[in-house]
Amino acid sequence: MGFDQYHEPPGELPAATRTFARMCASLTEEAEAIGWYQQRLAVETDPEASAIMRDAQGEEFKHFSMALEFLLRRTPVWREIARGVLFRDGDIVERGEDAETATTSDAGSEGPAFGPDGSGSLGIGGLRGAER
Amino acid sequence: MNHLLRRHAPITDSGWRLIDDEAVARCTPALAARRVVDFSGPHGWEHSATNLGRTTALASAPSEGVSALQRRVLPLVELRADFSVSVGELRDHDRGALDPDLADLDAAAYRIAVAENAAVVHGWSDAAIAGIAEASPHEGPALADTVDAYPSPVAGAVELLLRQGIAGPYGLLLGREEYTRVIESAEHGGYPLLDHLHKILGGPIVWAPGVNGGVVLSLRGGDFLFEAGQDLAVGYERHDSDAVHLYLQESFSFVIATREAAVSLRPPARVTQRSRTPRSRQGDRRA
Repeated sequence: MGFDQYHEPPGELPAATRTFARMCASLTEEAEAIGWYQQRLAVETDPEASAIMRDAQGEEFKHFSMALEFLLRRTPVWREIARGVLFRDGDIVERGEDAETATTSDAGSEGPAFGPDGSGSLGIGGLRGAER
Repeated sequence: MNHLLRRHAPITDSGWRLIDDEAVARCTPALAARRVVDFSGPHGWEHSATNLGRTTALASAPSEGVSALQRRVLPLVELRADFSVSVGELRDHDRGALDPDLADLDAAAYRIAVAENAAVVHGWSDAAIAGIAEASPHEGPALADTVDAYPSPVAGAVELLLRQGIAGPYGLLLGREEYTRVIESAEHGGYPLLDHLHKILGGPIVWAPGVNGGVVLSLRGGDFLFEAGQDLAVGYERHDSDAVHLYLQESFSFVIATREAAVSLRPPARVTQRSRTPRSRQGDRRA
C-alpha cells in the first residue's frame, strides 16, 4: 500500500498537516462506502441481507460524521462556512455562497494560509518520530 | 480575525510566510520534550483546562440532604516570547532580498522552546505542572564526569525501568552540555558513543536545551501527556515607523500519568546545578 493521501513529500509536511490529510482520506473512504451500500441496497431482494447492509451503512454515517467534525474543529474557516450551510433550510447553493462570502471576506491579510489549520498556529504539533 | 490580530500588522503575505517559516525552522529543533511525550491538540485558544478526572469533596452543600464534589482540572498556561522585525528588512524581503535579519525572532523561538522543555522536564510549580524528572520516584544515577562512562548510568536507568515493568523503547533527553559531549565522543577512540547509547535505548537521544542533566523515559505512550490549546503561533502586538513588534505564543498543560516511567540522570558534579522546583500535586493524575 502507498501513502496516497499525501500530495507533497510527507517528510516536508508538519505533523498536523499529515493528520489532516489522513482524516481527509478517511472522510473520502466513508463517503465512498455510504455510496456503495446505497447501490447494494437498491438492488438487494433478500430482506435479511438488506437489514445487515442497512445497519452497516449506519456505521458509515457515524464514521463520516465523526471525521467531518474532527476536520471542522481543526479548521475554523471551514467550520464557519459549514455553519452557514449545514442543518439550515432554504436554497443550499445560496446558503453556501453567503457563508463563503461572510467568512472569507474577513480573513484577508493574515498571511497566505493563516496556518495549516486556519487557526494561525504554525502547525508544529507533536514531534514523536520526527527527524530533527 | 482572531486573537493574534495579524491583520493589523503592516506585513505582506510574503512577509508573513517568511516569518512563519522562520519560526517553524527555529522552534522545531529545540522543542525536545515534544519528541518524547504524547501530544494532544491543538484544542484552540479558548481551551482553558485539562480534565484530571478527579474531584474534591466540598465541606458544604447549598441545602440539606445532598453531598457535593468539585471537579479538579489543570488550567492551561500561556507562554509568550516577544520579538521585533525591522520594517526595512521586511520591505527588502518584498524586493527579493535573500538574507533578511530575523535574529530577534530566532532568539524568541529558542527562548520559548527552552521554557517549554524546562516546564515539561523540571516542572513549573507556579503553574502546578509537575516535571518528568522531579516527579520520578526513582533515585536515578548521576551522569559520569568522564563521557566514556555515560553508557553505565543510561543502561542502569533502562534496567531500572524494565524492573518496574515499564516497556520500551526508551528515549534520552540530554541538556546542551551533556549532548555535546556525547556527539563529540567515541568510546576508547572507536565506536561512536551516540550509537552505543542508541542501541541501549532503542529510541532517540534528543538535544534538549533547558534540561539539566538527562532523563531516560519510556516511549511506549500513555505515560506523559502534553496538551496544546493554541499551538505555537505568531501574533501581532504593535508597530512603529522602524519595527513591527510581534510575539510567539502557545498555551498548554502537561500531565504525568505514570511517574515511574522515567529516570532522572543528575548532571555531572562539575556542572552547575540548576535550582530544582518543588514537586507539584495537581499535575499528576496519580498524585
